Parts: sequence; C-alpha cells; structure tokens
Amino acid sequence: MIVALDEGIRELVHDGDTVALEGFTHLIPVAAGHEIIRQRRRDLTLVRMTPDIVYDQLIGAGCAAKLVFSWGGNPGVGSLHRFRDAIQNNWPRPLEIEEHSHAGMANRYVAGASGIPFAVLRGYVGTDLVGQTANIKPITCPFTGESLTAVPALNPDVAIVHAQRADRAGNVQMWGITGVQKEVVLAARRALVTVEEVVDELEPVPGATILPHRVISAVAVAPNGAAPSYAHGYYARDNQAYQAWDPIGRDRDSFTAWLDSEVLGSAGENAKGTS
Amino acid sequence: MSTENQWSSDEIMTVTASRALVGDAACFVGIGLPSTAANLARRTHAPDLWLIYESGTLGAKPETLPLSIGDGILAETADTVVPVPEVFNYWLQPGRIDVGFLGAAQLDRFGNINTTVIGDYADPKVRLPGAGGAPEIAANCREVMVIVRQSRRTFVEKVDFVTSVGFGNGAGDRERLGLRGAGPTRVITDLGVLEPDPETRELTLVTVHPGIDVDDVRAATGWELAVSPDLTTTTPPSDEELAVLRVLTGK
Repeated sequence: MIVALDEGIRELVHDGDTVALEGFTHLIPVAAGHEIIRQRRRDLTLVRMTPDIVYDQLIGAGCAAKLVFSWGGNPGVGSLHRFRDAIQNNWPRPLEIEEHSHAGMANRYVAGASGIPFAVLRGYVGTDLVGQTANIKPITCPFTGESLTAVPALNPDVAIVHAQRADRAGNVQMWGITGVQKEVVLAARRALVTVEEVVDELEPVPGATILPHRVISAVAVAPNGAAPSYAHGYYARDNQAYQAWDPIGRDRDSFTAWLDSEVLGSAGENAKGTS
Repeated sequence: MSTENQWSSDEIMTVTASRALVGDAACFVGIGLPSTAANLARRTHAPDLWLIYESGTLGAKPETLPLSIGDGILAETADTVVPVPEVFNYWLQPGRIDVGFLGAAQLDRFGNINTTVIGDYADPKVRLPGAGGAPEIAANCREVMVIVRQSRRTFVEKVDFVTSVGFGNGAGDRERLGLRGAGPTRVITDLGVLEPDPETRELTLVTVHPGIDVDDVRAATGWELAVSPDLTTTTPPSDEELAVLRVLTGK
C-alpha cells in the first residue's frame, strides 16, 4: 500500500492512459506530475477541471496527447503558455482538447463515481461549447418534459490526488478545500494518493478520513508534494512561484532549461521522495 | 479636488462596481477585479455580503485579497467549505445565488461573454483559459454584473465564442433558452456603466465617469453605442473608498 513515488507512478500510470491529477488550487499533486515527466510517459489523456502550471509542464514535456478540462490558466496570474503553444502551434506535439464548464466536469466525475452512464444538469444552454464538445448533449426530462443537458460519466484509468496524511493501511485524511478529489478517486479504475506524511495512527476525528483505504491502490509519501500549491495545516501557497512561472513558461528555451534543471536533472532526482 | 482624492481609471471602475453590491446578497465572485470590488464592498458599505468562490468557500471573509479562488485564506475565513460539485449543484443551479460577478475577454452589445478563444476555435489567434464556472453563473444567478476594461478589442460587435450567455441575440432569447436568471443587469467599465435597455436588451450607456466624454466611450466600443437620454456622471470615489481600496490592493 505504501510505496515510493517513482514505484507508484511506474506501476499505475502507463503510456496512453487517461490520467486525472486533481486538486482545486489546494493539494495539487505536483510531485507526482513531475515523476510522470521523469518517467517520460507519452500519449496520455490528461484530465482536470483546472489544469494549471503542473499541467503546463506535462504538456510542454510532451506527455499529453489530449486534454479534457474546463479552465486552463495560471490562477490569479494569467494564461498557460505551454498549453497555448501546444494548441496554437502544435509544440512540442499537437494537443487535442475536449472542453467543458466546471459544472459539466464536476458532474462527469459525480456520474463516474456513481456508476451511472451520464449526469444531467442545467448547463451549457446557448453557449458555443455545445457545438465544440461532442460530450455535451441535450436530454429531455422523462418526468417533466423539460430540456436539460447530459454529460457522460468520466472514469479515468488513474486518479492521482495529494492529501495531508494517511495511516499505514492507506486511510487518507484531507481537509480544507477538497475540490473534486473524492469524486475523481471514486470514479477512477486505479488511484494513487501522495501525502505529506504517513502516521501510525490517524487522530480519530469522525468524518475526517475522506478516503478509506479500500478505494486507493497506493499511497506514496511526498513531503511538500503539492508545492507551489499548498497543503492546509502544513504549508502555504507560494504565490510568488505562480507569478515566477509566467516568464519561464512563455518561452520554449527557458521552459526547456527549467525542465532539464528542475525536473529531469539532479534537483528532480532528489525530489523523488521515499516510502 | 484634493491630491489624495485623485484616482486611476481602474480605481473608479472598482469603486463603482463595489457600490453595485449591497446588503447581504450572496455573491459568486471570480478572481481579479470582481474579487477586489466585492471585498471593497464588504469593507465599506456592505459588511454582510456573502462571498462565494467556486473552490467551495461559502461566506469567505479574507483579510487580504486572494491571488486565486482557492487561496487558504478563503477556506480559513469561510462559514463553510464544500466540495466543488456541491457549489455548482446545490448552490448555483437551484438559484440560491443573488449576484454573479464576472470578467470578460470579449463582450458584445447583448452582454454575451467570451473567455475561450480569440479567432477560430480550431485554429485560434489567442487561446484563453476557457469557461470555468462562468456559463452556469451567467445562466443561474438571479442577476449578473460584469466588470471589464473597455476598448474596441474587448467590446466587439459579435464575440468570437459565446462562453457565457447574456441576452443572446436580444429580447426574449434568455426565456427561449430556459435560462432562469435575469442576465447581465450592469456592465461596469473604466469609462462608465452600461445597462440593458428594458425593451431591446441592448447594453446602453447610463453613466460616465468624471472626466470621460460620451465620445470617449463611443471610441472604445466596437458597435454603435446606445446612450441613455438620462445619462449621469459617476459620483467620484470617496477618500474612504480609495483608502480602503489602496490597502486592499497594496497600491
């Protein structure tokens, strides 16, 4: 259950998989994303409501063939330039996109976690997203005759999330902004949780163990593994790092140099974590 | 006018937007200008505003401006933190939110918003971040306010992509589409304020900021701008509003 991060990624993430590294600003599994880059996974369908700078890095490193998302930006800073370069100029390779709204994506996970084929919502009506995304369809309510919108369940091959802590059996405590992390783990076929620490016994706060061990394939210890996002109770969001990403991500050469030095080079090797 | 009471165009826009938020309204705010205006309102005339960020923080009372919708300070100060599916399914969709507060990359005369692409979708000139929560905020909040800097690049005859629906092609469209909120009731810019004409739903200039001429606004609008016969001038920011705003923004 408790594995090293590199072992967890090697066993659970394969070329061509649909992979969702979720985290809604908080608890973003950045260390796991960097390990995917180091292991040079290819042709991934990356899924996430809010692809941010770690997805910019995965896209720039050539790991992704497709992105399924609802908002792709550097939160509070601006655009993602590797994502832009891939869409506008096919660099380093073409990136297919499937685009939704947050409400649509959240409901796709809910349907996936619920074991039903689709979710229904009042959404998208009148927007151009309907014409661009095949996975958005009108549906008539069988009870009222009302016209609503259906989106298909999303069941990733692998979900990866970061949390504050786990016990040795793999029960996971998580608090603060929990985004769609519970839904994506329950929707996925396999799930890897990286944690700040593993403890012998979790403080027994009823309701605090968001993810019981039965729905998790492996837990890997990755201290500081959400940085530059944050882990509530452990460390704060490094807003400056998000701002500093903008000039690095803007330019292919500065990005490549950053990737070589911070992820693929010795700094990256040292950041792998242990079991 | 005292030296202290001079303001930038962004400042009068933000102050004007903050005044539009009143009472204990539940307000769904985006990051950036909407968040700044909403937090200014909460610190001045509307301490009971209930701020909702799409990360799941309901009733957030941040002491400093968050850089992102999921900053820790929002979670720490909120009345409650709920998962993201709950925000959209239990709070936004049933119509529990009074005001949606949005920005825009492009806006047209019927208040339709584009935050997706400039140019062709398949081969965009500029790829923007995309929809996020905006389409359903625009559809389901009781009313929507938009805060955006005004220029011909932004205020276009027709948006390149309808990310969020305002009044569609005009009167009656929202009703035909089954959208339940009233749509954009106010667009606040660095030049003035526009409101939809009650009959045609076309955005009409109703207020200009001090020192701005109607021709300045026309020059920054990519369609033939309708101007209200009752055009007024914005009340300048007070010393208190400016002081609180400058503490918030650190300027």
